[in-house]
Amino acid sequence: MPLTIRDLPKEKYVLPGNAACPGCPETMGLRYVGMALGHRAILVIPAGCTSILQGLMPGNGLSFPIINVAFASADAVASGVAAAKRLLGEDAVAVVWAGDGGTADIGFATLSGAAERDEDVIHICVDNEAYMNTGIQRSSQTPLGAWTTTTWRGKREPKKNMPLIMISHGIPYVATASIAYPIDFIEKLRKATSIRGFKYIHLHAPCPTGWRFDPSETVEIARLAIETGLWVLFEAERGRVTISPFSRPYADRSRRKPIVEYLKRQGRFREVTDELVRELEREVDEYWGLLLKLSEQKVQ
Amino acid sequence: MKRLTLTGNHCVAYAVKLSRVKVVPAYPITPQTTMVEKISEMADSGEADIQVIRVESEHSALAAAYGAATAGVRAFTATSSHGLLYMVEMVWWVAHARIPMVMAIVTRTIGPPWNIWTDHHDIMSQRDTGWLIAMAENNQEVLDETIKLFKITEDPDVSLPGMIGLDAFILSHTVEPVEVPDQELVDSFLPERRQPYVIRSGDPLIMGNVPADLLANAKMRWDVHLGLKNAEDVIEKVDEEWGKLTGRYYGGLVECYRCEDADYLFVGAGAWVGDMRIAVDMLRETGLRFGVLKLRYARPFPSRRILEAVSGKRGVLVLDRAVSAGSAGPIFLDLASHIYSARPSVPVKNVVAGLAGYEANYEDFARIGESFAKEVSESGWVSSPLEFYPGR
Amino acid sequence: MERARFLLPLSRPKIGVHGITGSWRFRRPEIDYAKCVGCGLCWLYCPDSVVEIESSGERFKVSIDYTYCKGCGICASVCPVKAIRLSEEV
Repeated sequence: MPLTIRDLPKEKYVLPGNAACPGCPETMGLRYVGMALGHRAILVIPAGCTSILQGLMPGNGLSFPIINVAFASADAVASGVAAAKRLLGEDAVAVVWAGDGGTADIGFATLSGAAERDEDVIHICVDNEAYMNTGIQRSSQTPLGAWTTTTWRGKREPKKNMPLIMISHGIPYVATASIAYPIDFIEKLRKATSIRGFKYIHLHAPCPTGWRFDPSETVEIARLAIETGLWVLFEAERGRVTISPFSRPYADRSRRKPIVEYLKRQGRFREVTDELVRELEREVDEYWGLLLKLSEQKVQ
Repeated sequence: MKRLTLTGNHCVAYAVKLSRVKVVPAYPITPQTTMVEKISEMADSGEADIQVIRVESEHSALAAAYGAATAGVRAFTATSSHGLLYMVEMVWWVAHARIPMVMAIVTRTIGPPWNIWTDHHDIMSQRDTGWLIAMAENNQEVLDETIKLFKITEDPDVSLPGMIGLDAFILSHTVEPVEVPDQELVDSFLPERRQPYVIRSGDPLIMGNVPADLLANAKMRWDVHLGLKNAEDVIEKVDEEWGKLTGRYYGGLVECYRCEDADYLFVGAGAWVGDMRIAVDMLRETGLRFGVLKLRYARPFPSRRILEAVSGKRGVLVLDRAVSAGSAGPIFLDLASHIYSARPSVPVKNVVAGLAGYEANYEDFARIGESFAKEVSESGWVSSPLEFYPGR
Repeated sequence: MERARFLLPLSRPKIGVHGITGSWRFRRPEIDYAKCVGCGLCWLYCPDSVVEIESSGERFKVSIDYTYCKGCGICASVCPVKAIRLSEEV
């Protein structure tokens, strides 16, 4: 039986009156982490928007045990937490909650090291596709063509594919998620806690402030990313890929919405050209082709 | 008690085992490697109940140790030179989170060019971070001080991490006879781990978000300083206790060799203090009454003990194995600033030597001491307070 | 655990840590209870936990905490029956 709203805990893990921007996808995601893991979670949070949205000490807008840590350190800190809690016999889940910078860029070596060691850690990459906390600078997760404050004419390189890189680490569980599909994310988190070893979940998190759309549209934009096939929900258990139900229809190219419907809703793509759209379409087709192949056979 | 012949690195490994450390994340770097190899061997053979985490960098080594310590267990790591510099961000983080732990620094020259021999630039570059910094003269002291550091750093009046410095190769790879205390003795000496807070599942306690009150944050910074100042008494007390248990009392923050009746004092830290002792004996045979004030801790800086020791002396000669480029040697800078307000009339000279592992031994110190005594007795002061010793 | 002798960089959860964030709101979500089917999606998606929820038979009863609601409007956008209207704050 799939989860329903009735099954979810109603306790507040993100508290009203926090410092996040209106329409923030990160507080949405943090609520789902709380609903999925409850009080077992210990969050390790490197520098990023979540460092700030917690609000000011001695108060905090989040209700988790949290260790805020230096940017490039999170997965190593979580490795230490997991080791200690195992030795102490404490029922805890070490969770890294990191942005795209803390995951794919400055945090990458640390993430890769912890994954290769197969530490008993869940790493969640909350991906808003740029360095939002410092003012919308490009990251390796910024998509091709997107405006940022360091790519005024649009980013020239495609988004680095983190889920595939993490699958290549041979870890037991890799999944993608979207803040538009909370139940899917919560189920993936719960599955992750049942698996010993390193788990990686990449959460697509459209940011109204940085992507230039109205804060009411966070969920709609996230959903469009799925419906255009640009973001694909899947799980990879020990390398075997399964496309998740919400993405399954879009394996069929003809059922995908035109990418331009996603792009035109966001100010960061305001200078979108036909050439860019074709390039992104090519990227999506290639990615789907690869994922479908991987879903037929085990990687490695 | 067992009497073994051990390298300095293996002394640290034994101290870590005896201190019942639970988690040791480490990344290899020459000349620290044999220490973590030994700890890994102890863990893999079941000789010690230690979880070793073979991390991918020094930054992660200290980060993982910090995570384990924050989560409530005793943690340790070790590094050297570039490894220490790569960790610096986490060095500050651990201290200002007030998480006690211990790290061994096998002191080594910083490149370029690549150089594996000892000098003190690596450890001395960390003196502003909030860590206790102990420096050992010999392998017995390496073993003893590592155990003591767990007790000192976990004292609720301190609650700060600490480093034990041992010179590359001179201590790290040189075998000396060492008394290794029994587990029962260490257990009676070292209580269960104490720390100001533990991050636990089910208890929403948050470390490190942005402060609302900058004055409160300023007080946190100052409290780190106060914790180190408190450590002065704790170090003395713990050393006395260790002395009663083992017969090895080191003098607390400083150790004096033939200081009492001396006219002139060498001041230094690390393995080469052994050479200073020989130089003192040599100089006394020529009629020059020298003594050595060995700095056992660079942080907290033992200003009170130093003031007592230099009182009534005709001159103080500080030997630094590092230089704060553009200023002077780090021990000299601390010493001069602390004694200035109390007795500015003591001539103090700083000789920087032994950089990049270039040898400076008892013969060099005797020569340096002789010319210092001559200058002070003839002119009453020093013409050049800072000199680089060019060797023979 | 030892009593802290020093100021420590620690926090505890606090509602309203960033003040009365309802003052940020320039548009106000209002639930039309005649239309509301009690599905709970507004609660599920609200980024700030300001939609209160309680069970009401098979469905849910929802309400908005205007003290802290920042007025993002996500609740209105996800409502399947358009029962939440955004009106200008005055």
